[in-house]
Amino acid sequence: MKVNDLIHAGSFKVVNEGDNSQREISVPYCCDLLSIAMGKMPEDSAWVTVMGNINTLAVAALADASCIILAENSKLDEAALNKAREQGITVLETELPIFDAALMVYKQLNA
Amino acid sequence: MSDTITMTYEVPADDFTRAGEASSNVKSKLKKMGVDPDIIRKVSIAMYEGEINMVIHACGGTIDVIISPEEIEMILKDQGPGIENIELAMQAGYSTAPDNIRTLGFGAGMGLPNMKKYSDEMNIESVLGVGTTVTMKVKMFE
Repeated sequence: MKVNDLIHAGSFKVVNEGDNSQREISVPYCCDLLSIAMGKMPEDSAWVTVMGNINTLAVAALADASCIILAENSKLDEAALNKAREQGITVLETELPIFDAALMVYKQLNA
Repeated sequence: MSDTITMTYEVPADDFTRAGEASSNVKSKLKKMGVDPDIIRKVSIAMYEGEINMVIHACGGTIDVIISPEEIEMILKDQGPGIENIELAMQAGYSTAPDNIRTLGFGAGMGLPNMKKYSDEMNIESVLGVGTTVTMKVKMFE
């Protein structure tokens, strides 16, 4: 499944559509501690987190996440939103808890 | 003629909005040079963790990145407080990061362990009250 497919599946609200919509999603990955996410996140993950600050964007870019999904109705702050636009990173959001959001990605990946 | 490239970055103190800029810049340069994506990922993660450490703990500093055909060397130099016990600091989960840093998602005590994990060689020299120099090398080929 590509990032584009997840964007258009309608399960999540699109905060920023990045320039990587043709990228394949490997797996959903859940973590809020940035250094753990940085070290452990598999490449091309759909990263589900509640952290919406600018460092989340940096970690996603450097650890090669395919997209960020903000769970529990978390929002990007303004600096982070600007960074997402500038770096072309896809960011989605949902009211769902982290597990449910990741499960939804998992189900779509394995549909 | 030398076939190494050296880049120097200033890491600002206490500025989380700019933390990661140096690592991102190195990442995109390596990409343009056609370096293996796995090597780029190792360098990006190791360097970002170092950069964040300098912002959190050391009032910023400088990073030299030296790229040669054999390896990528990163030298991170700060004039911060120094590391009191390097062995303890290297333990996964040990952190001296203050609470305001934890609310940003840092302070998991994984910075130095990640730097070691993602570099092929790492050396720390630290003097209390003087500063710390961390040197990391990532080999271009396994």
